[in-house]
Amino acid sequence: MTTTTTSSAPVSDYKPDADGRLLEVDDLHVEFHTQEGVAKAINGVSFDLHQGETLAILGESGSGKSVTAQAVMGILDMPPAVIPSGAIRYCGQDLLTMPEEQRRKMRGPEISMIFQDALSSLNPTFPVGWQIGEMFRQHRGMNKSDAYAQAVRLMERVAIPAAKERVKQYPHQFSGGMRQRIMIAMAIALDPAVLIADEPTTALDVTVQAQIMALLAELQEERQMGLILITHDLGVVADVADRAAVMYAGRIVAKAGIDDLYARPAHPYTRGLLESIPRLDQKGQTLAAIGGLPPNLTRIPAGCAFNPRCRMAQDVCRTDVPALRDVGQQKSACHFAEEVLNG
Amino acid sequence: MGKYIVRRLLQMIPVILGATFIIFAMVFALPGDPTVGKCGERPCSAEYVAKFREEHNLNDPLVVQYGKYLGKFVQGDLGTNYYGIPVKEDLAQRYTITGRLALMAIAFEAVIGILAGVLAGVRKGRFIDNLVTVSTLFVISIPVFVIGVFLQYLFGIKWGIFPATVPSLDAPTSSLILPAFVLGSLSIAYVARLTRTNLVENLRSDYVRTAKAKGLTKNRAVGVHTLRNSLIPVVTFIGADFGGLLGGAIVTERIFNIQGVGGYIWRGINSRDGVAVVSTVTVLVIVYLLVNLLVDLLYGVLDPRISHD
Amino acid sequence: MTDTIAATVAPGAAGDDVGEARSLTQDAWRSLKKNKMFWISVALIGVFVLMAIWPSLFTSKDPGFGDINNVRATPSAEHWFGTDTQGYDIYARTIYGARASIIVGILASLTTLLLGGVLGVLAGFYGGWLDALLSRITDIFYAIPLILGGILFMASFPNGANSNYFVVVGKVVLVLTVFGWPTIARLMRSSVLQVKPNEYVLAARALGASPWRIIRSHILPNALAPAIVVATINLGVFIVVEATLSFLGIGLTPPAISWGVAISDALNAIRTYPHILLFPSLFLSLAVLAFILLGDAVRDAFDPKSR
Repeated sequence: MTTTTTSSAPVSDYKPDADGRLLEVDDLHVEFHTQEGVAKAINGVSFDLHQGETLAILGESGSGKSVTAQAVMGILDMPPAVIPSGAIRYCGQDLLTMPEEQRRKMRGPEISMIFQDALSSLNPTFPVGWQIGEMFRQHRGMNKSDAYAQAVRLMERVAIPAAKERVKQYPHQFSGGMRQRIMIAMAIALDPAVLIADEPTTALDVTVQAQIMALLAELQEERQMGLILITHDLGVVADVADRAAVMYAGRIVAKAGIDDLYARPAHPYTRGLLESIPRLDQKGQTLAAIGGLPPNLTRIPAGCAFNPRCRMAQDVCRTDVPALRDVGQQKSACHFAEEVLNG
Repeated sequence: MGKYIVRRLLQMIPVILGATFIIFAMVFALPGDPTVGKCGERPCSAEYVAKFREEHNLNDPLVVQYGKYLGKFVQGDLGTNYYGIPVKEDLAQRYTITGRLALMAIAFEAVIGILAGVLAGVRKGRFIDNLVTVSTLFVISIPVFVIGVFLQYLFGIKWGIFPATVPSLDAPTSSLILPAFVLGSLSIAYVARLTRTNLVENLRSDYVRTAKAKGLTKNRAVGVHTLRNSLIPVVTFIGADFGGLLGGAIVTERIFNIQGVGGYIWRGINSRDGVAVVSTVTVLVIVYLLVNLLVDLLYGVLDPRISHD
Repeated sequence: MTDTIAATVAPGAAGDDVGEARSLTQDAWRSLKKNKMFWISVALIGVFVLMAIWPSLFTSKDPGFGDINNVRATPSAEHWFGTDTQGYDIYARTIYGARASIIVGILASLTTLLLGGVLGVLAGFYGGWLDALLSRITDIFYAIPLILGGILFMASFPNGANSNYFVVVGKVVLVLTVFGWPTIARLMRSSVLQVKPNEYVLAARALGASPWRIIRSHILPNALAPAIVVATINLGVFIVVEATLSFLGIGLTPPAISWGVAISDALNAIRTYPHILLFPSLFLSLAVLAFILLGDAVRDAFDPKSR
C-alpha cells in the first residue's frame, strides 16, 4: 500500500516486503474429515502473489482451487476441514497461527473475495446498498447514511447505471451481470490489497463475461491489487493473467507465465486442457477431450495423480509422485516434462 | 399492497361461505335429530320440536336454511343459545380471555421456540442440539391434554406456583401463564424444530459464506444474515398453526376451567347446544382466515422477493 | 456450484425418468437401511400393529373383567401395570387399547392419502377450471382446523351409550378424512406442478401417451414420496386427535377400550395414582413417536439435502 492515504482509509498495519510480495502460501495441506473417510483436498500447494499481479489458478471441479482460495480467506468450515500443515503468510505474518479475531478484521480491508453465483452469494432479504454499506459500518464504524453514500459511489465505480436509484433495491431485481458488479463493489469497498475471484464469470453470458473480466482488470490496474483469478475456463484468463498455476487433485502440477502456459505447455494435463478448447483455426478437427474423470479425493491414485488419464504414463508414474521442478522458464510436476515441452 | 389486500379479502368470501356452509350443514342438515338432548334424557315434545324447526327454518330446503342463517349472521345475529341468551353476548364476554391466552401462547412459541431452535441450530450436533431435538420429539408425541393435566398437577397443585384453575373472566395475566404455556407447548416444539432445520440449512448457504468473507463477526453472520431468512417459514407456520391453537384452546380451557370461547364451545358440546357451537366455530374460522391473511402480508414484509402488487 | 446444477439437471435431460425414480428409491432404501431410527420405529410399529390385530398374544387377562376388591393397585406380579379405578388390569387394557388408535391412525392416513392424492393430482395435472374448482374446495376444507371440525362433527353426531365400536371408530376416521385431506392435496398438487414441466413428461405427451399412463409412470413416482412422508407423520397426529376427542368425551367412550379413554379416566386420579395415567400415555406416545420417526427417516432418505 502506498504512503499517501486519505483520512477515510486508515493506514494498513500490513506492508508487503521489499519486492512487493503480498501473499505467500507455503506447502499447504487441507483435509476434509467426513463419514466416508478423509478427503485430501489440498496436498502441498505453494505459490506467492505480488502487488499489481494477476495469478490465475486453473483446474477442473474438485481440483482444490476453491478450497485453496477459501483457506487463504479463512472461511473454510472447520470441521469438517482440517489444515494439518502448511503456512499462509500475508505481508510476512502467518494467517493460520493468527488469532481469529485479528484475522476476521483483515477480511475486507486486506483480503477480499468474490464468488461465482452472485444471486445466492448476496443476501436476498437486504437491499444491495445495505450489503455494500455493511462493510463500512462494520469495519469503519460509519453511520447508515454515510455508508449508503459510499455504496452509491462504489456502484457507480463498477458502472451500475442509476446507482442512486437502485441502491435500495434487492439482489433479485438485478440482472446476473449487474449482481456480479455488486459483488465486486462489495469486495473492493475497503481497498483490499488482495482480491480473490472464484469463478467470477462462470454463471454469466459470454458477452457479460468479457465485461466483468475487463472491469476486474481495470480495478486491479487502478488499485495495484494482487488478484487471484480462479477458473476452469482457460479462455477467460488469457488476456488478464500474468501467471498461471494449474491444479490437479489438490496439487499444483504446472506453473508458468501465461504466454508460456498457452504456447508451450510442460505438463500433459495442461496440454490436454488446451487441446479441449475449441479453436477457430482448427475447424473440422475432432476436439480432444481428456478421457476419464478427476480422482476421488478419498482415494487419490498412487504416484502421479494424473496417471490413469495420461497418454504418456509409464511405470514410474504409477509409483513416484513427481515433484514440481523447473523446466525451462516454467515449473512442471511431470516425470516427462521435457518431452512434453519439446514434443 | 392495498389492491392485494382487497383481492385477498374478496378471495376469502367464497372460502368463508363454503366453510360456514359445511359447518352449518354438519349440524343442521345431515340425518340426525338436532333436538336430541335438548330436553334432557326424554325425547322433546312435538310442540317444542315444531317450534325449534320453525325457528331454525328446518322445514326449508338446506340452501334456503343456510341463506337465512347467513343473512342473520351477516347482520351480527349469531342466534341464541340453549338458555335463550344471544350467542353474540356470550362471545363478547369471553373473547378477551381467550385472546389473551392465544396471544401469550404465540409469544411463548415465538420466544421459547425460536430461542431453542437457534441454540440447537448454531450448536448443531452438540449437547444442546440433542437436548432440543429429543425434548421437542417428546412434547410432540405426548397429547396436549396429558401435558396440561400433568403440569397443572405439578405447578398448580403440588408446588402451588400458579393457580390450578382460572375460572374468573378477568383473571390477571400472570394466572394465564401456565395455561398459555400448555396451549403453546406443541407449537413451541414445532417452532423450535423448524427454526433449527432452517437455520442449519441457511448456515450452509452462499450468502453466509459471503458474510464471513466480508469479515463480519459470527454473531452478526448468524443473527443478522441467517436469522431473517430462517424465520420466514417460521412466521408462516405460526400463522397456519393458529387454527390448531383455536382447537387447542378448547382442551386447555377445559383443563384449567377457563370460561373463554374454548370453554364455551366445550360446554355447548356437552349441553348439545348446536346454535352456540356452530356460530362460535364459524367466528373462529373467520378469525383464522384473517390471521392467515395477516401472516401473508407479514411474509411480504420479511421476504422482499414476494411482491404483493 | 456448477457440479450440483449439472447433477440435478442431468437425469431429467437424459429423459430416463424411470431409471431416475428407481435409483432415487434405491438410494433412499440404501440410506434407510443404515438408519438406526428407521429400524427402531419399524420395530415399534410392528409390535403395535400386532397388538391391534391379536391382543391375546400379549396378555391372557380379560380387559373387561373389573375386580372391585382390587382397585388402583400399584404394579405387581399379578397385575404388571397395576389396576385402575374400576379394578381393571391396566396392562390388559393398554394392550387391547392399541386397536382403536392404530385402526384410526392407519385408516385415516390411508383415506386422506387416497382422497387428497387423487384430488391433488387431478388439480395439478389437468389445471384450468378443474384446478381452480378443486383448489377452492381444498381452501374451504383447509379453513376448518382439524380439531375444531372434529369436535363439531362428533358433537353433532353424538355416540349413544351402546353405539357399535366400529361405528364410532368409523365416525372418527370419517371426520379425520374430511378435514385432514387438504394438506395432502396441496402437497400433491405442488409436486405434480413441479414434475409436469420436465422434458420427459412433455416428451411422453408429445408421443401421445395417455394421461393415465403419464400420471402413473412419470408423475406418481416423483410426487408420491413427500405425500407418503406427510401421511406417515399425520398418522401420529390422527392418533393424538382421536385421544383428544375421547378426552373431551365425544370420541370413543366407555365401555370401549382405548388409550384415549384410559388416559382421560386416569387424569382424574393423577394426584393419587399416577401409575394409572403413565402406562396408556406411554404406549400412546411411543406409537405417535414411532410414526413421526418413521416419517422423518423416510423424508431424510428421499431428501439428500437434509443429511
